[in-house]
Amino acid sequence: MINVNLINIAYVLAAVLFIFDLKWMAHPKTAVRGNNIGALAMLIAIAATLLSGGLEFHYIILGIIIGSIIGAIAAMRVAMTAMPEMVGLFNGFGGGASVLVAGAALVAAMSSLAAGESDMQMKIATVASGIIGSVTFFGSYVAFGKLAEFLAVKWKLRLWQKIIKYGFSLVTAAGAIWYGYSQGISILSVVMMFSGVIIALMLLNKKDRFPGMNALKIVSAIASVVIGVMVVMNPGNTLLFWVMVGIAGILGVILTLSIGGADMPVVIALLNSYSGLAATATGFVINNNVLIIAGSLVGASGIILTQIMCKAMNRSLANVLFATLGPTADTPDADEVYKTVKSTSPEEVAMLLEDAQKVVVVPGYGMAVSQAQHAVRDLANLLESKGIEVEFAIHPVAGRMPGHMNVLLAEADIPYDKLREMDDINPSFPQVDVAIVLGANDVVNPVARTDPKSPIAGMPIIDVDKARTVVVIKRSLSPGFAGIPNPLFAMDNALMLFGDGKKEIQALIAAVKEG
Amino acid sequence: MDIFVTALTIFILAIFVGFEIITKVPPTLHTPLMSGSNAISGITIIGALVLAGQIGNPHLAKILAFVAVVFATINVVGGFLVTDRMLKMFKKK
Repeated sequence: MINVNLINIAYVLAAVLFIFDLKWMAHPKTAVRGNNIGALAMLIAIAATLLSGGLEFHYIILGIIIGSIIGAIAAMRVAMTAMPEMVGLFNGFGGGASVLVAGAALVAAMSSLAAGESDMQMKIATVASGIIGSVTFFGSYVAFGKLAEFLAVKWKLRLWQKIIKYGFSLVTAAGAIWYGYSQGISILSVVMMFSGVIIALMLLNKKDRFPGMNALKIVSAIASVVIGVMVVMNPGNTLLFWVMVGIAGILGVILTLSIGGADMPVVIALLNSYSGLAATATGFVINNNVLIIAGSLVGASGIILTQIMCKAMNRSLANVLFATLGPTADTPDADEVYKTVKSTSPEEVAMLLEDAQKVVVVPGYGMAVSQAQHAVRDLANLLESKGIEVEFAIHPVAGRMPGHMNVLLAEADIPYDKLREMDDINPSFPQVDVAIVLGANDVVNPVARTDPKSPIAGMPIIDVDKARTVVVIKRSLSPGFAGIPNPLFAMDNALMLFGDGKKEIQALIAAVKEG
Repeated sequence: MDIFVTALTIFILAIFVGFEIITKVPPTLHTPLMSGSNAISGITIIGALVLAGQIGNPHLAKILAFVAVVFATINVVGGFLVTDRMLKMFKKK
């Protein structure tokens, strides 16, 4: 066994290195090094723990091998366009781990101490870890399922989607029923079984809303806190802890289920924050400072990103979580708005581009869907070879997670100094000859500036309407996430290029080359 | 000083440090920041390791902690690797 002080010094070192990891994340040049330092810190913390003595290793080694294989395969194979799903999924594993550690700590503490003798901090932290961890775990699963488009959808699913969707619901319901039954029939065990079944049924629902949803949200929130207090007073009752986890799970599902596509970046950031707070709570359970510090850093990071996303939509966090975004009675009729829409051809746009001096591309989620990022890079290179300046304007909530567009464009080898932030590029739009809007809608809707009654009123937008010509590449005139028509499409300086993003950009490249 | 008060002090100070350093991360790096910080939240693995390995722990606690080790390892290994993959794509001309 190694000296306890030495172990604790290793933990402090790990905590300091985690801080450097995030500090170096502030610049693309140092970020790779930062991430490596973070991985090193994790290795130090794990090594210190394993060397602290009193451990037998068979479960540990098996667990690390299985987890490493799954994690490495997932990380290496995921496509950049699927990054939001991946981050959502990893979040869920972190939250799930926190719940299980809290549960295991409770079982271990109760066997070594007479119930009631364990200290207050451990009991309260166990409850916090169980509730936050469960909300994170189930919330992240829902976010993953919605992003991978197999939860709360009406269309037919592919085989792998069916396996995950039905498999997860089956395991949740069966697990809760089996565990409840094994504890003997009582009010608590029946509540246990019910919570599992309710979660399973909500996850099989083909719609993201159902009657009584808000009432159930409030009831489950209050119930998990009340049961949490009961766990603190009666920590020997393990069933009570798992009932609390089950009810917090209902809350986690509901909180995320009703969130629409436009709000996904906020929810992903918020769940990120929860996973950190769950780790902090676990740190209080086992009295370990490195967990408290690392968890707090992640919690703070998630909260900051959440705030940035909310600000970029001009909505409060409460509004994102509890209200629904959608057309109101005052929303103008789409046919009326779109009376003067002009459609164009790749050849016509190519002519405009050849005469241009400055071109700005505004990407949105549509670029990710049609995987158009590589074609966009080819177009940008072609135009630059003709002496035309090309830049990219990125809205903070474009895509489905913070920074989603930046990662896709980086994947296509577009240098990051060509990506400009909204506030930075907006004043220069009057000097832009052609603005190409690729799969973005609400983030370029001028209604946000002009109509105070619109659901997106006050949301900062990219001022493409001020460019000399705006070319909008889009499949149809269908509305964006907010469900409202976009008068930009019908403006005098706007041209619609209808079609799939990638195909239209490729057609543009061909047309520019011919011309 | 009481252990709890020490832990609470550390928690509050760490939150402040987090706010200070993360406000400086530019929007371009927000996705890697999320996946990287997500990997850090896999630090729960420390708790999982202790509970899965401690001699004399009840079997149920070990099984729960074993699953926690698997989950947290996926979080840690997957998180750091995917962040590295993303960050290597960011280049300057």
